[in-house]
Amino acid sequence: MKKETLSILGHELVSEHILMDESEVKELLDKYKIRKVQLPKIKVSDPAINGMGAEVGDVVKITRQSRTAGKALSFRLVME
Amino acid sequence: MRLKRIKGIKFGLLSPKEIRKMSASKIITPDTYGEDGFPIELGLVNQRIGVIDPGLRCKTCGGRMGECPGHFGHIELAAPIIHVGYAKMIYRILAATCRRCGKVLLGEEARAKFLDGIEQQKEKQADVGDVVKLVFKEAAKNDVCPFCDEIQKRIKYDKPTGYIEIDKEDKERRLMPTDVRERLEKIPDDDIPLFGMDPKNARPEWMIITVLPVPPVTARPSITLESGQRSEDDLTHKLVDIIRINQRFMENRDAGAPQLIIEDLWELLQYHVSTYFNNEIPSIPPARHRSGRPLKTMTQRLKGKEGRFRGSLSGKRVNFSARTVISPDPEIEIDEVGVPKDIAKELTINVNVIERNLEAIRETLKRGSEHPGANYVRRSDDKKVKVTETNHELLAEELGVGWKVERHLQDGDIVLFNRQPSLHRLSIMAHYVRVMPGRTFRLNPTVCPPYNADYDGDEMNMHVLQTEEARAEAKILMAVKRNIMSPRFGRPIIGGIHDYITGLFILTWGEKRFEKEKAQDMLHKINIHDLGEPAGSFESSSGIQVPYWTGKQLFGRILPKQMDLQFRGVVCEKCIERGEKCKKENCPREAYVVIKGGDLVCGVIDEMAIGSFKGKIIEHIFRLYGEDEAKKFITDSARLAINCIKQSGFSFGISDEDIPKEGKAQIREEAVYAAEHKVEELIRAYDAEELEALPGRSLEETLELLIMQELGRARDDAGDIAERYLGIENAAVLMAKSGARGSMLNLTQMAACVGQQSVRGERINRGYQGRTLPHFKSGDRRAEAHGFVRASFKDGLTATEYFLHAVGGREALVDTAVRTSQSGYFQRRLINALQDLEVKNDGTVRETRGTVVQFKYGDDGVDPSKSECGKVVDIDEIISDIVEVDVGA
Repeated sequence: MKKETLSILGHELVSEHILMDESEVKELLDKYKIRKVQLPKIKVSDPAINGMGAEVGDVVKITRQSRTAGKALSFRLVME
Repeated sequence: MRLKRIKGIKFGLLSPKEIRKMSASKIITPDTYGEDGFPIELGLVNQRIGVIDPGLRCKTCGGRMGECPGHFGHIELAAPIIHVGYAKMIYRILAATCRRCGKVLLGEEARAKFLDGIEQQKEKQADVGDVVKLVFKEAAKNDVCPFCDEIQKRIKYDKPTGYIEIDKEDKERRLMPTDVRERLEKIPDDDIPLFGMDPKNARPEWMIITVLPVPPVTARPSITLESGQRSEDDLTHKLVDIIRINQRFMENRDAGAPQLIIEDLWELLQYHVSTYFNNEIPSIPPARHRSGRPLKTMTQRLKGKEGRFRGSLSGKRVNFSARTVISPDPEIEIDEVGVPKDIAKELTINVNVIERNLEAIRETLKRGSEHPGANYVRRSDDKKVKVTETNHELLAEELGVGWKVERHLQDGDIVLFNRQPSLHRLSIMAHYVRVMPGRTFRLNPTVCPPYNADYDGDEMNMHVLQTEEARAEAKILMAVKRNIMSPRFGRPIIGGIHDYITGLFILTWGEKRFEKEKAQDMLHKINIHDLGEPAGSFESSSGIQVPYWTGKQLFGRILPKQMDLQFRGVVCEKCIERGEKCKKENCPREAYVVIKGGDLVCGVIDEMAIGSFKGKIIEHIFRLYGEDEAKKFITDSARLAINCIKQSGFSFGISDEDIPKEGKAQIREEAVYAAEHKVEELIRAYDAEELEALPGRSLEETLELLIMQELGRARDDAGDIAERYLGIENAAVLMAKSGARGSMLNLTQMAACVGQQSVRGERINRGYQGRTLPHFKSGDRRAEAHGFVRASFKDGLTATEYFLHAVGGREALVDTAVRTSQSGYFQRRLINALQDLEVKNDGTVRETRGTVVQFKYGDDGVDPSKSECGKVVDIDEIISDIVEVDVGA
C-alpha cells in the first residue's frame, strides 16, 4: 500500500533529477575512479526521489542552477 | 620498552579486581612526606607509584624521574560508594530490574526484540543509545517481575547519589550503596547487553566503588614554593580527605559506634569521593582549598576550554615563539617584520656547521651573546655547551664541521607572523626578519588588513621555523607577497590604507605642479631618479622659465612601463546607473582613470586604485607582471603617498566641521524644520483618521514608517546641504570621497544633523507609558519625543537628545558584542566540520574517506585568488583589450 504523493519534480524551484542507467553510472564511477558508496547520498524518502520512483542503490543526476558556474552537475546515490 | 601496535581501544569500567591488579601499592597513610623529607611508605606520595623528586628511583620499575611514567595505587574503601558519574545510570538500572531476582523487567518477547535491535545497531556501527533508552522506559513500566512475580517498589532518585525505595503505602526506605551493589550483582550477564553494556568489560556493580584507584604522583606532582614549602596538588588534597574519613569510618565501625554516626561518616565519605571525581556537581557544595578556592578535581581537569582535551591535546603551547605589541614602520618592506633585538637574542635557529659556512659561523660564535651571535653549541661528540662570556672565543676556535650551533635570529631569516583571532589563512603569513632596537614588532601598515590589525595596543605572535623544509614551505606558500590576492574575493587584500590613499589622492587630484627639487624629493627615496620630460614650465618671479612636473606624471613613474588600464574610481557618481552618459575623460570628478603606456593619463588615484580590498591597479600588476612587481608597486605607492602628504601636511580639526551661518540656517529650515513639520502633518492626518494604511500594515505601523522615512530623509538632506558648503578641500570630505577613512554620513552627523536614533529598527519607544522621558507628554508622537536628534555633534545635543542617543548607542554596543561571539562560535563549528576536505587533482572536493562532496570545487573549479574577481574570465576586459572600446559600466 503506497500512499499517493504529490510529485515535486517539475517545480521551478526543484533542480532537475534524472535517474541514471547502469552504463552511465559505470562511466561516472570510472571517470572519478570511485566506488558507488563514495558518491554523495540522498534518502529514498527525499521528495524528489520519492516522486521519480528511484530505489535504494540507484544513482541520480542532479542539475542545479549555480551562482558561480551557471549550471552545476551533481550525482547522488539513493540510500535508505 | 618494546614498541607495540595499537589494535583497538576498549572502553569499560574498571572492576575492583582489575584495580587491585594494576595497583603498585596500597595507600593507607594520608601523609605525604616524612620528617626526613622522604616520601612515606604506603603514603600518598609513595615511592612505588612514581617519582617526582630528582635523584630517587621508582621502587616498582626502577626508573628515575622522567623515566618512570608512574604507577597506580589503590585505596580499599571501608564501605561501597556510588560513583557520581554513573549515579543516573545506576538509577535507571535499579528501576528496570527486579528487586529480588535481578532480571530486567521485560517479558521474553520484548527482551528478545530489544536484544535483536541492539545487535542490529552494533552491526551498523551505529549508536545503541536510542534502543537502550526504550529498554529502560519499557522495563520501568512493569511493576511485577515477569520471572519471579515479585511486586516491584518505586525507586526515587535523590540527587546526586541517593536512592529511595517507596512501597505501595508510600513508606520510604533509603537504599545504602551496599544494598544497591547487592542488587546490581544479581543481574544476570545475559541481561546486561540490554543496557548497552558488555558484561565482560562493564558489570553494573562496578559502578559502585569499593576500591578507589589512586593516580600516580606524576599525574599530581607537588610543587616547591620559593619559600621551600611544599604545596600539594588539588587531587592529592582530595585523596588525603578520602583516606582520613575512610580511616575514621573503619575505626568507628570496629569500635561499634551507633548506626547514626556510621551513616554520617558514610555520607561524608560519599561527599569526598564524589567531589574527587567532580567538584561542580549541582546541589552539593564544592570542596574548597584552605584559601577558599574551589579544588580542581578530575572532571575539572578534563572539561572546558582549558581542560585536557581542548586545552592540552587540541591546542598546545610552543617553543621558539614570541609575542609583543605591534607598531607601524612604513620604511620596512611589506614582507618584513621588525623584531626587537632582545627577542632576536632569545630565539634561535639551529645550523649544521659544514665546510661552506664554517667561517661565517665562527664569526658569529666569536661575538658570543652580542647580537648576531649564538646561545648554544652542540659539539660533534653531541655535548651541548652554553655560549658564555668566558667560553665563546674558545668555542669559536674549536668549532669544526659536524657541530651544531643555535644562532640568534638574524636579518633575512624567515618567520611566521600571526594575529589572533586567526579567522582566515592570511592571519598567519611568513615574513622576513629585520632586527631593530626597541621593544615592539614593527609592521608595514599595508599588511594590516589581512591581519585586521591596528596599532592601538594589538599584540602579535612570531614563530621561528626550525627546519629547512618548514622554511621552504613558508617561503613558497605563506610569504606575504604570495598572499596579496585574497582567496576569498579575488582582489588584493594588501594595499594602501588611510593616509596612503589620502596622499596619492592629493598628489593626483587636479593638476598639481611640482618643481624639479620637490619632485625629486618625493621620488628619489624610492629609487626613481628619472623624472621624465617635464609637463611644462612657468615663469618665476625672476623671469626664468622653471620646468614643472604634474602629480599624475609623478605617479606614473612608479607604474610598470607600458601598462594599460582603465577603470572607474570610488569617486565615480555612477552616472550610467542614473541613465546619464559617462563623461569618461571629461569627468568633473576625475573618476575615470586611464593608464596608458605606464602613464596616468587622466583620473585621480583613490581607494579603487590602490586600496586594500579594492586595488584595481595592484590587481592588474599582480596578474600581468607577477607578485614581485605587485609588491614593489605597493611599497612604492605607499612611500610616494607618504612623501607627498608630508609636503603639504594633512590634518583634521574641529573647525573642519564649521558650516557658514547661511548653511546652518539652510539645514535648519530646509531639512530639519521641514521634516519635523511634515511629521506633525502626518500625525495630524493620523489623528483625523485621514491616513491610509500601507498594504499589510496597521494604521499605526504606517504612521511610524512614514515618519521614519521622513526623518531619515531629513538627515540625508542635511548632509547634502552640508556637502555643498564643504568642498573637497575639506579634510573630512577628502577622506570620505577618496575612501581613505570615514564616510559622508560620519561628517553629516558631526557637522549637520545626527538624525533619528533607533532601537530594533524603530524609533525609540521605551521608557514610561506612552512617552520616552518625563519631558514629553504621554502619547506625544513628534520627532523630538522619539529620539530625533536635530543637532549636530559639533553643536551639541540637548539633554533629551543626549539621553535618547545613548539609548540607541547602547543597542549598537550590545549588538556588536553578541554578534562577534555568535559568529565566532559559528565559524568554529564550520571549521571543525570542513577542516578535512581537500581538493583533489581531478578537481573534486573529497573528505578523508574519499567520498565526494563536490564534483567540481565551488561548482566551477575556480580559485578566486587566481581568477578575475572570482569569475572564470573577465570578458569585458578581454574585449576592451582587443578592440579598444569600453564595454559595460
